[in-house]
Amino acid sequence: MFEILSDRLQQTFKRLKGHGKVTEAHLDEAMKELRLALLEADVNFKVVKQFTSKVKERALGAEVMKSLTPAQQIIKVVREELEALMGGQAAPLSLSPSPPTVMMVVGLQGAGKTTTCAKLAAHYKKQGKRTSVIAADMQRPAAVEQLKQLGSDWDFEVYSGSEDPVTIAKNGLEHAKSHGHAVVIIDTAGRLHIDDELMSELENMRALKPHHVLLVVDAMTGQESVNLAVAFDERVGLDGVILTKMDGDARGGAALSIAQVTGKPIRYVSAGEKPDSLDIFHPDRMAQRILGMGDVLSLIERAEDTLEKDKMEEQAKKMLSADFDLSDFLIQMEQVKKLGPLSSILEMLPGMPAGAAKNMKVDDNAVARMEAIVLSMTPGERREPGILNGSRKARIAAGSGTTIHDLNQLIKNFNQSKKMMKQMGGKQMKKMLGGKGLFNGGFGE
Amino acid sequence: MRKWFGKSSDESSTEEQAPQDEVVSIEPDPEPQEETRSVWDKFRTGLSKSRDNLREQLTETFRRSEIDEDLWEEVEEALIGADVGVESTMDITAHLRKAVKTEGIKDASDLWDLLGQEVSRRISGSATEILNQEGKVFYLVVGVNGTGKTTSVAKIARKLSLSGNKVLLAAGDTYRAAAIEQLKIWGERLGVDVIAHQRDANPSAVLFDAIAAAKAREVDTLIADTSGRLHTYENLMGELEKMRRVAERELDGYADLKVLLVIDATTGQNGLIQAKQFAAAVEVDAIILTKLDGTAKGGIVISICDQMDIPIAFTGVGEGMDDLEPFDPALFAEALIGVGNHDDF
Repeated sequence: MFEILSDRLQQTFKRLKGHGKVTEAHLDEAMKELRLALLEADVNFKVVKQFTSKVKERALGAEVMKSLTPAQQIIKVVREELEALMGGQAAPLSLSPSPPTVMMVVGLQGAGKTTTCAKLAAHYKKQGKRTSVIAADMQRPAAVEQLKQLGSDWDFEVYSGSEDPVTIAKNGLEHAKSHGHAVVIIDTAGRLHIDDELMSELENMRALKPHHVLLVVDAMTGQESVNLAVAFDERVGLDGVILTKMDGDARGGAALSIAQVTGKPIRYVSAGEKPDSLDIFHPDRMAQRILGMGDVLSLIERAEDTLEKDKMEEQAKKMLSADFDLSDFLIQMEQVKKLGPLSSILEMLPGMPAGAAKNMKVDDNAVARMEAIVLSMTPGERREPGILNGSRKARIAAGSGTTIHDLNQLIKNFNQSKKMMKQMGGKQMKKMLGGKGLFNGGFGE
Repeated sequence: MRKWFGKSSDESSTEEQAPQDEVVSIEPDPEPQEETRSVWDKFRTGLSKSRDNLREQLTETFRRSEIDEDLWEEVEEALIGADVGVESTMDITAHLRKAVKTEGIKDASDLWDLLGQEVSRRISGSATEILNQEGKVFYLVVGVNGTGKTTSVAKIARKLSLSGNKVLLAAGDTYRAAAIEQLKIWGERLGVDVIAHQRDANPSAVLFDAIAAAKAREVDTLIADTSGRLHTYENLMGELEKMRRVAERELDGYADLKVLLVIDATTGQNGLIQAKQFAAAVEVDAIILTKLDGTAKGGIVISICDQMDIPIAFTGVGEGMDDLEPFDPALFAEALIGVGNHDDF
């Protein structure tokens, strides 16, 4: 996400930093490139115009030009304006004090409404709320069936019927109320924002007074994203936006345009097809990511969310002692795996050149292979890899479906990291993790 | 074999029908109404309803007396606003600027036709090779999530079976919940058989069986749906490569393999990356541009054709089964830009 935009902006600002003193000509040059970078990223051209003129106006202001580090100040202005463009504050949905909280999910065909409904349901289910989804998409063949399958996979209730969508929604709400559900989500058919008939169906459904009407937008949408958001907002009234397919290396134009034009916050972003791949949208962190400053906060949150704390602490202690063995190595790998694809983790690290994670071709299967190798060892072998001889190695390789070369590689890596950890000892390691050394980079102010 | 949509492009000029019928026809209509240019009509109607009415915008622009920087900027904005992309837009205006100099064009309104030509010139829509296959064909339909693959499969199946071909469908999307059911419903409505496995089955195995069935039943056209996959996932692209390999091996000359990439007309510049990645993985033969409803202007195909050598085979609108047409660059450019029909609009 945002790699290309981020890459171009980094280049632009690097050049700007090269000048000791920033003249208006330099600034104009930078703004021209900023404009192109944003246009290439599918940011709506009207939004781009406003954005660049605002940045320029502020950049020409006294406090920036007189500053000792004008380039840094301009980057700061861009960051702040990007944040503002995307709505400023994170805005996760709140639940109504009198349940059920009713959400209605709308959007164009193929934006990802049904999957998003299921993810929302899984999200609230995980918080222990009774959640149901009303299948009111009677348009696409098997849309109801799709929800039912997701419901049984991810454990939420699905209400369906055979009447018209508005009646189904109404009955589904009654059902949820009488069964004490905390959250009800209405999945609607995909429709075009200029399709009068179908838009008025949504207006009728709106009369059921859902607490939140959410527009689902494909992050890869081009210039039309703004128009469709405005049209849905005018006809149905939106309370927020959810951006999907964030893992498709879209350039983020939709994210940058919609909040600005509609004034409605982007609530969540979604990537992937797993139930937990729905994240709160943080404009500030996103702005940092766009400018190549990384997003360590999200990474830490994700780690806290997914890793088992006790296990990790125990591991950290063990790592620094001498009895770190292959079983521990395995536990570590399992924990890392929980964080999601390695490439998405790398993306969040500051100072990571844009697109670098992608170019590295992180092989997520490598972790699975290592796991297979360790699991094919006896407990004794895991404790003391030194006892591995030719025949043991052949057995393990065969058992794990890998080669002896893979096995040797793993042992080599393990020995190296063990040696490194020993050398570092307790203090140094702590210092490094706690200090700024690791998490510094990008455009520090 | 057959001629595909035989009558479409000839009767184009007299089309006057008001395309009010946005209704989704679900029943298979054995006698489809005249295969008119419903797609292009809808595209035009959509364009006129769109907030960024490109033609109106350009009408204003080309009404100016002078060809100056402001004019160029407006043309640029109009094109970028239609998702043509910065690179192709700059290239188009550069050509126009040059033409203004060399041909001594003074009148802004003369630029309109030139712009239309520049746009249509860039798009390769020669789909005849894809459409009018002599022998038997196997279409493998691929694309990112939510572009309309399954619906496109159904639309192609309908066109072909109506023109007397024996069609078989393969439910190659074994991943998305209920994707198999969705295709089966289409199969029932269209009276076309569907070869399917269970959910989460190996999609290559589905192709294997479908090809065996196609051979046994002497099918003319086999059309395979596949799971939507983002081009950023190497393993999923690898799975697709394997499907192609398996299909080629199993077809063993029985039918021509054609890979069709489905691209959503609402897509921005990401569409170009999609085209590049899918082409690298499975050698895309042609593109199906879906949801060309006029709000989405589909300018991304100009970028794609400008930078890659893949023709646009069909274009579709909505879920109506008849809304699939061979792509016509001239009609597209005309609808999008107006090409000199100053008074029409």
